Amino acid sequence: MITVLLAIFIPFIAACLVPFIHKILTGRRIGWFVITIPLFLFILLIRLVPSLSDGASYLYTFPWIPSADVYFSTHLDGLSMIFALLITGIGSLVVLYSIYYLSEREAIGRFYTYLLLFMGAMLGVVLSDNLIVLYVFWELTSISSFLLIAFWYHRKQSRYGAKKSMLITVTGGIFMLVGFLMLYAITGTFNLQELISMREVIAADSLFIPAMLLVLIGAFTKSAQFPFHIWLPDAMEAPTPVSAYLHSATMVKAGIYLVARFTPIFAGDTTWFYVVSCVGLLTMLWGSVNAVKQTDLKALLAFSTVSQLGMIMSLLGIGSLAFASSESAHIALFTAATFAALFHMINHSTFKGSLFMVVGILDHELGTRNIKRLGGLATIMPITFTIALIGSFSMAGLPPFNGFLSKELFFEAMLSLKEANLLSMDSLVVLFPIVAWIGSIFTFIYCMIIVFQTFFGKVHAPAPGQRPAHEAPIQMLISPMVLGSLVVLIFIFPNLLGTYILGPAMNAVYPQFEGMPGLVPEIQVWHGWEMPIFMTIGVIILGILLYGLLRYWKGIYRLGFLQWTLDRLYNATLQRIERVASVVTKTYMTGSVRDYVAYIMLFFIALVGIGLLGFQQFIFDFSNDAVIEINEGIIIFVMMCSSVAILFAKSRITAIILNGVLGYSIAILFVVFRAPDLALTQIIVETVTTVLFLLCFYYLPEWKNEHKSISMRVRNGLIAVASGVAVTVIALLVQGHSMYPSISIYYETASRLAGGLNVVNTILGDFRAFDTMLEVLVLFIAGLGVYSLVKLRRKKGVDHTEEK
Amino acid sequence: MSGHNNPGGGFIGGLVLSSAFVLLYLVYDIETVHRGTPFDFKRVAALGVLLAVGTGMLSILFGESFLSQTTWLVDLPVFGETELGTMTIFEAGVALTVLGVVVTIILGISEDVE
Repeated sequence: MITVLLAIFIPFIAACLVPFIHKILTGRRIGWFVITIPLFLFILLIRLVPSLSDGASYLYTFPWIPSADVYFSTHLDGLSMIFALLITGIGSLVVLYSIYYLSEREAIGRFYTYLLLFMGAMLGVVLSDNLIVLYVFWELTSISSFLLIAFWYHRKQSRYGAKKSMLITVTGGIFMLVGFLMLYAITGTFNLQELISMREVIAADSLFIPAMLLVLIGAFTKSAQFPFHIWLPDAMEAPTPVSAYLHSATMVKAGIYLVARFTPIFAGDTTWFYVVSCVGLLTMLWGSVNAVKQTDLKALLAFSTVSQLGMIMSLLGIGSLAFASSESAHIALFTAATFAALFHMINHSTFKGSLFMVVGILDHELGTRNIKRLGGLATIMPITFTIALIGSFSMAGLPPFNGFLSKELFFEAMLSLKEANLLSMDSLVVLFPIVAWIGSIFTFIYCMIIVFQTFFGKVHAPAPGQRPAHEAPIQMLISPMVLGSLVVLIFIFPNLLGTYILGPAMNAVYPQFEGMPGLVPEIQVWHGWEMPIFMTIGVIILGILLYGLLRYWKGIYRLGFLQWTLDRLYNATLQRIERVASVVTKTYMTGSVRDYVAYIMLFFIALVGIGLLGFQQFIFDFSNDAVIEINEGIIIFVMMCSSVAILFAKSRITAIILNGVLGYSIAILFVVFRAPDLALTQIIVETVTTVLFLLCFYYLPEWKNEHKSISMRVRNGLIAVASGVAVTVIALLVQGHSMYPSISIYYETASRLAGGLNVVNTILGDFRAFDTMLEVLVLFIAGLGVYSLVKLRRKKGVDHTEEK
Repeated sequence: MSGHNNPGGGFIGGLVLSSAFVLLYLVYDIETVHRGTPFDFKRVAALGVLLAVGTGMLSILFGESFLSQTTWLVDLPVFGETELGTMTIFEAGVALTVLGVVVTIILGISEDVE
């Protein structure tokens, strides 16, 4: 399916084009170009929704690195579709919002480049079917998130937050990669669809549990689950459109996607259930409890996102029990949990997205997000207030908003654990509904804080330098208004979403239950007087009570020191690593080039020595060697003389010229042996190096005979002799052996396969093109490195003189 | 092209080019040469990498595996029957990278001297 491929690559291509188009569409007008991309992709994708709900899925594969089993395969099914629609849909709204959020003075072009980069990477994560490709895109989302968080890189907090999020998510990603490799070791395939069909093989393997836990670490770090959640509040230093997009609607849901995607593979085991649901519930409770104490609105929303992600995660954990149960009534109970998870994920994106945008508006118009300095805005900013009201009440789980529906489903799923009395439920599981309920009470409290402390109460006089409060321009209100109306619309027509979007996704999570009645339950607004509704009423009553008494019990947060310990642990670990690294580095980075050469040579000798010991066949075969001609002998004699003479040279010029003699003699030798390519290269390299030497003269100190101790001299001499011997031994051994296939086969095939007669170059350009390309890249990077080192040094020098 | 059937090729080509520049810098001075050839050599190197990687990517679009090369025999008006290949572009990329990097380093160090 070319559509899917387009969806991944169009954002990347557009990201490359942004700098050029920015020259034509100057200022914020570039946003109008950018917005066409997610909008176009959204329309492209949504046209496929009907065929997906008929059970179709789109798989497309083409070889990328076939020799390593890496195929660039994309797979679009119901689960990918939900995420792809969220990415492109919310993406369009966020771009629209950001056009008016960012001021003209900022590096808008850079912002949109990163944003499109992220969009492409995120679509790649949810659409790729090959685990390695998925991993590449996964890390790419971490990198683009890093770039976006550090968008205002002149702020220290931004840089700190960016680094923290990058370190945590990338480390998690590497764990995940190891998990993927284990899966490959078990099954021999990287393809998700094949892995799903081989789930029995995987479950029987001894690597099953380690692979599962490693993949889960990847998912938990990305989705900010306890105890890895500490990066998300710091990521709030990013511009608000980024927080709304990456850190609430899409990127943090990548972990959810991964868990849902791997449910069919791992969920047969109860370990999966316990880990996923316990971590999810703990995160939910922890996030909501911490959200209440925040005074910065954005930090509050960050903790609330952590908590909501935990809630979705715990639902997915319960949903996995469907694989462990046998009775069909139980299966339907548990699949309903997954259904609730996916449903709540969509709802969360709508209400949290609108709330973030509201906070962005407040920040933009009033210059502060601190609750203590906000108040009484309901009459001044009526539209913003309405949107905030809808968003918060939906998050609190109140009707008539979509959050109510998914909250009810959440309670139902938690209660179903008790009803379905299987796998010898221990006391831990009985706690689940209680923890969920307490978490929901705190959720209710922080939702009230958002609404009442910001929009009611007395109006604060603007601080000096601040503008008086007023309603935001309509252009900034459109996006949150769209999301806010979705919140209400989904409440009214939940089953439309259920049939067309959630149904196909359920089939993707539960491939073996496809078509089972009850897999896609009908969402009802009214369940009758049952436990979930009582729980909701309890939440409301206790929530209001606790909110009213907030200032009497807020003191307990002074006891809640665990959050700080986690953060402190992170900071202390980093500091310790840096200190140890610098101590270790200082022991061997002496600054003396001679020492470095010694390291390189020692390593080389060790490598060759070990290799030869393993080889254990010292056959020197001189029988086929040609006779050394007299002219060759002379050249070699010259080379020997010059190399020995270097040791006794008294001035630097002499040494360099002698070195040149050596080089040019080798070139002549190449000519004699009919290797014109090599000779040419050798001559030019020799010329260029000589020029470099001459340039470096300027920096070098006076040439003097250093009086080193005897032991140093012996040591260096030994290293030199040993490396010479190593090279000679290798050269002689190569003559006598044919361990590796000779390259002379290329002589016969070069012309036919590569259409060239110069064997050396066909090898470089065709048979080994990959190596050549990498060498070119390395050369380029090294060149840039040298250049920037030289430039940096000079800058430092200048600063130094200024100080003087 | 000559590199494909006769001695030559991207790496050597780049080195020859860069040694030409280096010698020019030695004979004249940096300003004079820059007036004649106003390139930023960092960009030359970047262009080279882009060409080399780009030709590799191109083959993916035609359904071949990464870095596959093809050749065509074309009748050009002046050169007669000539072999044109994507290899040429790849090698040109290599040459430009080598040129860019070598000249950048040498210029960087020499500018430092002044």
